[in-house]
Amino acid sequence: MGGYLGVDVGSVSTNLVVTDEEGEIVASLYIRTQGQPIAAVQEGLAQLEKKVPAGLTIEGVGTTGSGRTLAGVVVGADLVKNEITCHAVAAARLVPDVQTVLEIGGQDSKIIILRDGVVTDFAMNTVCAAGTGSFLDHQAERLNVPIEEFGSYALRAKNPVRIAGRCTVFAESDMIHKQQMGHSVEDIIAGLCEALVRNYLNNVGKGKEILPPVVFQGGVAANVGIKAAFEKALGLPVYVPEHFGVMGAWGAALLAREKMRTNPQPTRFRGFQAACLEYKTSSFDCTGCSNQCEVISISMEGKVIARWGDRCGRWENLL
Amino acid sequence: MRITFPYMGSSPLVFKQLLSELGHEVVVPPPPSKRTLDLGTKYAPEFACIPFKILLGTYLEAIALGADTIVSTGGVGPCRAGYYGELHRRILHDLGYEVRLLILEPPLRRPGDFLRALSALVGSPLTWLRLPGILRRVWTKLNVLDRVEKAAHAIRPYEVTPGETSRVYNDCLKAIDAATTVAEIRAAEAESLARLAKVPQDRTRQPLKVALVGEIYVVLEPFANHNVQIMLEEMGVIAERSIYLAEWTRGNAIVAGEKNIKGAARPYLSELVGGHGLNSIGETVIYARRGFDGVIQLAPFACIPEIVAKSILPRVSRELDIPVLTLFLDEQTGEAGIRTRLEAFIDLLAARRKKREGQVAWAAI
Repeated sequence: MGGYLGVDVGSVSTNLVVTDEEGEIVASLYIRTQGQPIAAVQEGLAQLEKKVPAGLTIEGVGTTGSGRTLAGVVVGADLVKNEITCHAVAAARLVPDVQTVLEIGGQDSKIIILRDGVVTDFAMNTVCAAGTGSFLDHQAERLNVPIEEFGSYALRAKNPVRIAGRCTVFAESDMIHKQQMGHSVEDIIAGLCEALVRNYLNNVGKGKEILPPVVFQGGVAANVGIKAAFEKALGLPVYVPEHFGVMGAWGAALLAREKMRTNPQPTRFRGFQAACLEYKTSSFDCTGCSNQCEVISISMEGKVIARWGDRCGRWENLL
Repeated sequence: MRITFPYMGSSPLVFKQLLSELGHEVVVPPPPSKRTLDLGTKYAPEFACIPFKILLGTYLEAIALGADTIVSTGGVGPCRAGYYGELHRRILHDLGYEVRLLILEPPLRRPGDFLRALSALVGSPLTWLRLPGILRRVWTKLNVLDRVEKAAHAIRPYEVTPGETSRVYNDCLKAIDAATTVAEIRAAEAESLARLAKVPQDRTRQPLKVALVGEIYVVLEPFANHNVQIMLEEMGVIAERSIYLAEWTRGNAIVAGEKNIKGAARPYLSELVGGHGLNSIGETVIYARRGFDGVIQLAPFACIPEIVAKSILPRVSRELDIPVLTLFLDEQTGEAGIRTRLEAFIDLLAARRKKREGQVAWAAI
């Protein structure tokens, strides 16, 4: 049986998905990147191999996320695709008539608008990461609430307080202030969820026509408090997919599948044993011209397999 | 006088010839780099826009190379750039650099100020006599540079070897730089166009067409926009820039032009909002009419004219059925984020085109 692998390397998490021939998810994994994308991909491959049904061979690989190029070299990708397109593809596979995708990850958030099955507009957070997963993680830790329970605390709130959500630093001071005024943790958490949703809709969602069905995905979709705040602010039901945390990786696998099926060719996948190979990166400043590009070299088992960062292609084309 | 000037696209080659023919020692500033931006960011107010910061960094680098006079341009309308010359002067003086700043105001609007600054540059009566000849050579060079650059942009989306067009183009710039008489400049143009035409191309490609509009500095200076035009072209997309310096000078300093752009913008915006805000609207309308697949608005972060334009562009986009992507640029902007947005935008445009052709696809795979 054939299958497809999708790898999404983000700032906070690295997600992997294996699909069957039809594109349905048969195995998935969500682990922390911890600032080491290569190690995370290798660890992910090692863990995922144990979950993949026996007899399934990978016939195509797609990578996405901010570490997509690096991940593509490490696993041997047939397709390297930006995370906006991947998230849209996965959402539309699940909800074919989806018109709005809300996605909040570790350090970025995006909105994707679709009409009649194609993406017509999108936006990503630009100047501020307030309201993304990293900030929620930090606040959960500070309030001594496990991140998994953060959302259910919000749902128990009786009277959500108003928190200034424009900036994480001010949001945190405001939360401390509200704690010291004597508000309950539940009310503060619910207030924070509402503030983050307000901030998201005012920045990322500004000027976008949000129509149903609305799909909410990315790591933060685990938070039922944020989901409830979105529903309240939009006045629309918000659908969270079963595999909300790995939708980007699934989209990459689906696109790899599409590519290999339209244009059959052997996959470049290095196999799950890529988990055991030795990858090293190094960098240097090119002195060829005034651009002074920072060139990155990736080597596998001591042999350079990729270079990038040079604007003129002088080093990239040497391979 | 050891004169320097702002660095913007290929225009330094023109300013260099103009100022040296006027009899000045010219300090050509280094092309903007991370160092330039670091310097500018360190001494500029935090909320100044990225053109202000890069310019300030450029002046500081040129002063370190011995410049004692800076020539720059002023501006019109409610955009802060009109005051930037004065603000730059004060910051530089506060830092202890007693440099002279000559601000060339728009000659049609403020002829007195323009002439005063021009007199300081021209100096002796003898140079005034030579001025028409100098201007003819410099004007030729400016136009040739624009034409050769346009030719390179038109070829790059089709190039077979990535980076080949840029390598040839950089050689062409050296040849044009070395040419000083009108005959030499024209010969350099012919040679450059011939060399570019020889770049191996794959003409079976059917590139998407995207236009770049927005504030003049971030549109013209590749460092300020993370090289988006070339990045798009290397992804196989035709990227047409709304502003070239020769046309811009003709329309803003020589004759009162750009009437077509203002006319096209009128259904959406009839007021001057400063800077290039009105142009961003009018040009988007024109590109939609010309059948472009999409428009990218380049805007310095916190630039009011472009913010006004951005808030109107969704309506233009909807009514004329043309996707618009806005990229705000400042010292915090990372290249990876720009690349991700450009890739997603191209996927969006490719999927739209497929749909028009009756096919289904998610992306330009």
